[in-house]
Amino acid sequence: MIKARVTVTLKNGVLDPQGKAIEGGLGALGFEGIESVRQGKVFDMSINADDPKQAEKSISQMCEKLLANTVIEDYAVEIL
Amino acid sequence: MALTKINGEAPDLVWHTDTEIPDTDLIVVPGGFSYGDYLRSGAIAARSPVMREIAKKAEQGVRVLGVCNGFQILTEAGLLPGALMRNAGLRFVCTTVKLSIENADTAFTSQYQKGQIMPCPVAHHDGNYFADGDTIKQIEENGQVVFRYAEGTNPNGSLNDIAGIINQQGNVLGMMPHPENLIEADHGGDAGLALFASALEVVSGEAA
Repeated sequence: MIKARVTVTLKNGVLDPQGKAIEGGLGALGFEGIESVRQGKVFDMSINADDPKQAEKSISQMCEKLLANTVIEDYAVEIL
Repeated sequence: MALTKINGEAPDLVWHTDTEIPDTDLIVVPGGFSYGDYLRSGAIAARSPVMREIAKKAEQGVRVLGVCNGFQILTEAGLLPGALMRNAGLRFVCTTVKLSIENADTAFTSQYQKGQIMPCPVAHHDGNYFADGDTIKQIEENGQVVFRYAEGTNPNGSLNDIAGIINQQGNVLGMMPHPENLIEADHGGDAGLALFASALEVVSGEAA
């Protein structure tokens, strides 16, 4: 069993109104010095496979095909 | 309803798991928050079995119209460029916008005049059209921007006030506003009928 974590984030230059709202919320709580907040997604996966390299390749394909919209998002795959 | 009103013929309905679509002049992908907008609006529906068939038909030149969630599905499926993101104001918008016809030279808008402005209902949470600079430049230059929010009524922060776009081949149109809700003079107007009439009449003309 291989465990992996996929992180999907908005590309630079893509506006993130949700991140902006969270940034405002943190400011309202009194947290100071926040330069910016960008919201993203995390997917934790368990894969029935033995070869981490193969699993990583397969997960990258999952990102390309569904987990990320590469028009607006970047993704990173981490084998845990 | 909108389609039935044009020629009295009710459209065939296909299920998202269907793998065959009957021969048809026009495929409509309607709105409706498929899969609860999970992951991204339209993302999971765009990978459903019927969409592979729709992509095939689109490639063969069959006309495809996506409205609202249907537009999101067509972008997620790669049939139209760009993406639809969360509304800039973060609120669901349910209102009437002013829609300007930017290109009346398409199969879907031939019964409108370029520059014509019509009121049209919108109801969505993710209608904020985004594409990278090169793509925007390309679709603007090619006349692929068919509808724009006019007179400051952009409800969602869409780049260049884009409300609807067509593919380069001119047979796949996606739009956030709801022309199918604009078909009764006594219920807010019937300016939306011309879109369906354009799409169907031109097709029947070609077949004749």
